[in-house]
Amino acid sequence: MTEKHHPLILAFVCNWCTYTAADLAGTSRLAYPENIRLIRVMCTGMVDPQYIIKAFLEGADMVLVSGCHPGDCHYINGNYKARRRIRLLKEILPRIGIEKERLRLTWIGASDGIQFSKTMQELVVQARKYGPNPVSAGARISE
Amino acid sequence: MAKTTFLDVADKNPLQTIREFLKSILNTDDVQALLVPGRSGSSQSIMPVLINDPDLIDDADPLSPCFPVNSARLASKLSHKPIKGKIAMVLRPCEIRALIELSKLKQADLANTVIIGIDCLGAYSTKYWAQINATDADSLPGGLPDPGNPNDPHLAAACRACEHFVPENADILIGLFGINTTEKIMIQGITDAGMALLKNLPQEMVEETSEEPVAREKAVTDLLASRIEYRDTMFETTRQAIDSHEKFVRYFDRCINCYNCRVACPVCYCKECVFNTDVFDHDPYQYLQWARRKGAVKLPADTVFYHMTRVAHMSLSCVGCGQCSNVCPNDIPVMELFRLTAADVQHAFEYEAGRDKEEPLPLSVFKEDEFTDVVGIG
Ligand code: SF4
Ligand code: SF4
Ligand code: FES
Repeated sequence: MTEKHHPLILAFVCNWCTYTAADLAGTSRLAYPENIRLIRVMCTGMVDPQYIIKAFLEGADMVLVSGCHPGDCHYINGNYKARRRIRLLKEILPRIGIEKERLRLTWIGASDGIQFSKTMQELVVQARKYGPNPVSAGARISE
Repeated sequence: MAKTTFLDVADKNPLQTIREFLKSILNTDDVQALLVPGRSGSSQSIMPVLINDPDLIDDADPLSPCFPVNSARLASKLSHKPIKGKIAMVLRPCEIRALIELSKLKQADLANTVIIGIDCLGAYSTKYWAQINATDADSLPGGLPDPGNPNDPHLAAACRACEHFVPENADILIGLFGINTTEKIMIQGITDAGMALLKNLPQEMVEETSEEPVAREKAVTDLLASRIEYRDTMFETTRQAIDSHEKFVRYFDRCINCYNCRVACPVCYCKECVFNTDVFDHDPYQYLQWARRKGAVKLPADTVFYHMTRVAHMSLSCVGCGQCSNVCPNDIPVMELFRLTAADVQHAFEYEAGRDKEEPLPLSVFKEDEFTDVVGIG
């Protein structure tokens, strides 16, 4: 494992805000790193903690959940519920050796294309700093 | 305000006195049946029994240290739909706390119950119980588990680490700690329903009102201190046993995915566990894919995923009853992990499983202005 670490970051993004921001970043020709895999969900409130646990067990180096700002959720309060679940996961992931910093939650609104691109770049910098997910210990999701 | 009275113990036999007391409760008009640990027919093990005929009260053995099942799930089956009258239920403190969690999930309706809690003397593992093959609490080697000896190595680890040995949230409390139980037993009506029921009992049964004995407070404080000491050592050992991914895998390395721990857990609340569904009925292709990608894959698969899912689902409601460890065929210390994690997550949400039936489950509510520190990438 001497070659440079290519971190893999899984991002659950809500259809109405962060995914739209990603789209905007694309149409504005703002680049973001290829290390990010976007999974579009209707709302952050539907991201089951199981998805996140599974992602880490399969070797994701970081997981991002990103949706609408407080008050903007299209299902009224999905993002508030997501925030509690993230709080819970940050308590239990360290049990399997996953540092809590590997899980992130952000609010990125539909018009925040620039912020989307910046956030993704910053996450890759962080993921490089944390190094490979201790769970996978060499076994990578095929890139 | 709780109302305290005492029962006179005849023939130095507290068990018989408690039976008579339960019988008089079963005889009241409002009580349809009594759920109580006991022995029916030729059964050796103490299991929950639903008694309808007061003449069968001698089947009841609520003091036994045999604890093969947490009755909260059974109490839920008996109470989740309206019934005529009520079912009186003699439950251990951890069973009451689990039932409160289930009531928050609308899987139990406490309005259909009268809960009778008994100061808990602790329990043996089912395996140890089978070994000593006792026929009655009175014939156990050395009698009942001695609450003054919290280091009795035969008590289950969950009990030795338990701080909730005095039932909280019972309607009626049967007190043993700090009382000479060969002479007296304390009865307290805690809730209005409990006090109303006590009023209906024959007067010679529950006579004068009095204060809690002074010795009780000291007995409880002393026991609590030794339990906390055991608990903290247990937490520390467990923390060290699982402080990395490798160690977590090793902790469960003889798990056979039998899911006994889930079946035994009173607060594993899903009607159908996802691990029993098609989602985990993988195609051969899937296994081959994993093996190809990782080089090798341990089978049965999904062991860590299963335990982590359970942690995510119910550690907020774990009451530390220890049934998960009790039923593990390979003696994995499951309870130790769950209690430790439960302590952390319940603390994070300032929640305590089973403490208060009005306290909502943390994941069923939210506040607009909270946990702001988990948002952002800083
Ligand atoms: S996880 Fe174990 S100790 Fe906790 S409530 Fe379930 S069976 Fe009891
Ligand atoms: S009871 Fe023991 S072997 Fe069975 S699933 Fe639970 S930990 Fe694994
Ligand atoms: S719709 Fe975007 S977070 Fe709910």
